[in-house]
Amino acid sequence: MSATEAATVEEAGERRPTTGETVRRIVQGDLSSVRVVLGLVVIAVIFQVQEDRFLSAENLTNLMLQITTIGLISVGVVYVLLLGEIDLSVGAVSGLSAAVMAVLSVNHGWNAYLAIAAAVLCGAAIGCLQGSLFSRFVVPSFVVTLAGLLAWEGALLQVLGKTGSLNINDPKITGLANIFYSDMVGWIFAAVIIGAYGAALAVGYRRRVAAGLGDTNAISQIVRFVLLAAIVIAAVAILNSNRGVPLAVMILLAFVVGMEYVAKQTTFGRHVFAVGGNAEAARRAGIHVNRVRIAVFTIAGMMAAIGGVMAASRLFAVNQNSGGNELLLLAIAGPVIAGTSLFGGRGSVWTALLGALVIGSISNGMDLLSLSSAVKLMVTGGVLLLAVLVDAVARQQRQTSGRV
Amino acid sequence: MADGTPLLELEGVSKRFGPVQALDRVDFAVHAGEVIGLVGDNGAGKSTLVKAIAGIYSPDEGTIRFEGEEVRIKGPQLGIATVYQDLALCDNLDVVANLFLGREQVSAGPGQVSRQLDEVKMEHETADLLSNLAVTIPSLRSEVGTLSGGQRQQVAVARSLLGDPKVVLLDEPTAALGVPQTKQVLELIRRLRERELGVVVISHNLVDVFAVADRIFVLRLGRAAGEFKAEETTEEDVVGAITGLGNGGERDQNEGEGEKA
Repeated sequence: MSATEAATVEEAGERRPTTGETVRRIVQGDLSSVRVVLGLVVIAVIFQVQEDRFLSAENLTNLMLQITTIGLISVGVVYVLLLGEIDLSVGAVSGLSAAVMAVLSVNHGWNAYLAIAAAVLCGAAIGCLQGSLFSRFVVPSFVVTLAGLLAWEGALLQVLGKTGSLNINDPKITGLANIFYSDMVGWIFAAVIIGAYGAALAVGYRRRVAAGLGDTNAISQIVRFVLLAAIVIAAVAILNSNRGVPLAVMILLAFVVGMEYVAKQTTFGRHVFAVGGNAEAARRAGIHVNRVRIAVFTIAGMMAAIGGVMAASRLFAVNQNSGGNELLLLAIAGPVIAGTSLFGGRGSVWTALLGALVIGSISNGMDLLSLSSAVKLMVTGGVLLLAVLVDAVARQQRQTSGRV
Repeated sequence: MADGTPLLELEGVSKRFGPVQALDRVDFAVHAGEVIGLVGDNGAGKSTLVKAIAGIYSPDEGTIRFEGEEVRIKGPQLGIATVYQDLALCDNLDVVANLFLGREQVSAGPGQVSRQLDEVKMEHETADLLSNLAVTIPSLRSEVGTLSGGQRQQVAVARSLLGDPKVVLLDEPTAALGVPQTKQVLELIRRLRERELGVVVISHNLVDVFAVADRIFVLRLGRAAGEFKAEETTEEDVVGAITGLGNGGERDQNEGEGEKA
């Protein structure tokens, strides 16, 4: 028994003070969302000083609508990044899926919901195909999805046919991006969100206490609850003072929350993190690594399609540019800026939303200042580079200081 | 210390890879509550023997008996757990997640549909297991990548115990560890013995083997080259058996059967 005690004492000596640990965790990315929120505040202050319309309710509503497409696509990209892989086809897939929906709805008179479902299925099928090719033949996902990028862009042109553009007039589709809820409904949303979050926190806390797990800090739970409640109330108040809470924002939030739940709280999500962290260890633990990979690429394709539908709804049309331009790159840049690692195994679905907010704010603010897209792209590039450098430095520090 | 039916018994096990006779009629036994040090030079057949026991290779000849019954081991199975040298931990996951990797506990109730993780239960069981083993880790929620080599090794060993094995194989558990960490790991191995497990420790480090093993089993060129009681032998004898020189050498020329018969 004395030997046991000796071992315990040595371990205690090895343990560093926990405050230092906390600081390290903030710096090294566990709490990188704090970093991003600070970045957002800085961006907001800079633009607000130059142009006082930036933080107006009208502009904030516009900003939220502008980021829904990128945000939705990024949700899928986060999953791919968690694996340590990349999907370059999400832009093209979003365009093609939207075109499929438009053709079915406009040319073939399909029911709007069926057309949307077909688009989502199309995206999922493409993702599944790419994921299967990648995992079955062990070719880099980079190449498979690069081929996809070219091929699906071609398919988009093919599907759109000679006119190269289709106008969407079904109100069920255009409503996705253009419906705003009344003040009352907005406040009901707020109450439901806050109530659900509070209930989830309380249940989790009670279970931990019941199980006798020590580190149950009630204060941090309360702080989190108050913070979330404040954000939700402020957001709904701002949106209500303009046109109301947009359906598009609720859709984006639902996907972010739902997919974050899947990533962090389910067995599948745990396996995604495991494969991204150490695929060999995951395989030996009995995880079907290839199934996880295929599922993740399917999710990416599906989310790309959903983003594409949203974009089409906002534009009232699908054209040859749908899913093109810098959409793909921004959808990947967003989560990376907000702290999801390119090297796999680290990140959260919230980075899809936060990253889209950062990119959207920069773009929106520069539009307000009527800066050229030349400046816009250069600044966005600079922010991306900065974020990746921070991620890389954090990773190096983790490696050098992590293991004794 | 360990009489009666061995937990695991190999009899006349041979394995050939093309022209290479990796294992040649090896007899080997592990009893409950006993630690066996498996030593031998590089290429002596240690890994092949471990893989035969772990079910990665099936032997060409010979029989394997588990708790007295003849078995054909196919793949990792309950009853025998192997901790490989590279540990196979996910550095980005915390201690609890690594322990339950691939056999996560799913919560009851509505969360079952989405196979929701029962984190509380898993953390609770992790805490129980680690405290039973007297393994101290700063926080069960710290990423495994931030732990020391000794702690990582202890996490890997603890993980192998979740399947309730009777025999645990440890491949070079003290390689690349500092002195205090080695001590912790050896202490953990002793605790496995107290739990009446059969433990096989493969190691190059004779000091560690002598510190923890009850019996020392020497392989040389695929053959059993001697078996020693740790208390009654010296490092010199064992080295002799490993290299095939000195006292052990004669045993070796005797096809390694002398000591056992």
